Amino acid sequence: MDTLNILIMGFISIVIVNNLVFTKFLGICPYLGVSGRIDMAFGMGMAVTFVVTLSGTLTWMIDHWVLMELGLEVTRYVCFILVIAGAVQLVEMYVRKFFPALYESFGIFLPLITTNCAILGLCLFINLWEIDNLLEAVVLSFGAGVGFTMAICIMAGIRENLNLADVPDCLKGAPITLITAGILALAFMGFAGMIR
Amino acid sequence: MASDTKAGGGLYKQTLLAGLWRENPVFRLLLGMCPTLAVTAAVKPALTMGLSVIFVLLCSNIVVSAMRNFLKPHLRILMFTLTIATFVTIADLFLKAFQPEMSETLGPYVPLIIVNCIIICRAEACASKNGLVVSVIDALGMGVGFTLTLCVLAGIRELLSTGKIFEVPVMPDAFVPWAAMSMPVGAFITLGLLLGLVNVVSKRKS
Repeated sequence: MDTLNILIMGFISIVIVNNLVFTKFLGICPYLGVSGRIDMAFGMGMAVTFVVTLSGTLTWMIDHWVLMELGLEVTRYVCFILVIAGAVQLVEMYVRKFFPALYESFGIFLPLITTNCAILGLCLFINLWEIDNLLEAVVLSFGAGVGFTMAICIMAGIRENLNLADVPDCLKGAPITLITAGILALAFMGFAGMIR
Repeated sequence: MASDTKAGGGLYKQTLLAGLWRENPVFRLLLGMCPTLAVTAAVKPALTMGLSVIFVLLCSNIVVSAMRNFLKPHLRILMFTLTIATFVTIADLFLKAFQPEMSETLGPYVPLIIVNCIIICRAEACASKNGLVVSVIDALGMGVGFTLTLCVLAGIRELLSTGKIFEVPVMPDAFVPWAAMSMPVGAFITLGLLLGLVNVVSKRKS
């Protein structure tokens, strides 16, 4: 019961209170780039959720069972980035084989997930928070993906309406998106202190 | 980059200046947004971050430029990433050893330089196509441009959130600090407004 409690709290915390986009500034590049249309945003969110769950779990296992056992913590970053690149490659191959239509619509964004800082960032945060339980690492990774999907979908919804709004010329595009993100971050600050 | 326009001294100068304004990584190319937003609550961490990025960018550009003729196209990105990860590890260990406080403040954002788009973009767009000298100059221009941008943003945020710059008080006593500027909100909105300002200035120039 206690473990379940920790897991649920951890999940809510990473999705809402410690949302990677709004409080840790991770994954801003795709956040600005792909949030133009809501279906694309949702697809991107799904792909990121899958990759982040897979690589968060794998890096935790490698970190705890191989690197710490052998005292090779120095190579941690190199190993992490290799695992992430491998996971993205795997997802790309799988999607291309079984969902060709989805693969077409993702285009360049699929390989670009490798350089999405939300993924490496989450692996590093799991390491930093000293999570010593595999199950918790899996739940946190999955929650991070859900949080990212939520953030990018909210943004895409707002931007679709923003197209009809009268925005000053110099603020069109990225600037107004950033300002909107700021206001969203302010809203999400209301959740701060709810858990941990 | 500007390699096909002119040769000689003019080219070097042009490459160097490109990073500072015309192709400024943050304002113009919208690259490296995560560290830009995350470490700019105060000038000191921003400066440390900028210097680390210059170091990694310089080293990785040198290595990539030196091995550009041996690279297989499909293994290119992997090799770039591994090179960058190695130098980032060096920078991280250096900070941990000599600047432990700063390392604590920056936290995971130092290892996150690995996925900073600026570095991989310069490796791909410049270093893998140009000679050593151009790559070094390009790295310096881009790195300094990035650092200056970080410092401007951090300066504004630190001034408004604490009334200090470089931890030296500069505002009159009556100034009430804007706490929000040191939070994520301040980062997003300040950067958004700065980008708008840059758009206005460059439109007036042209």
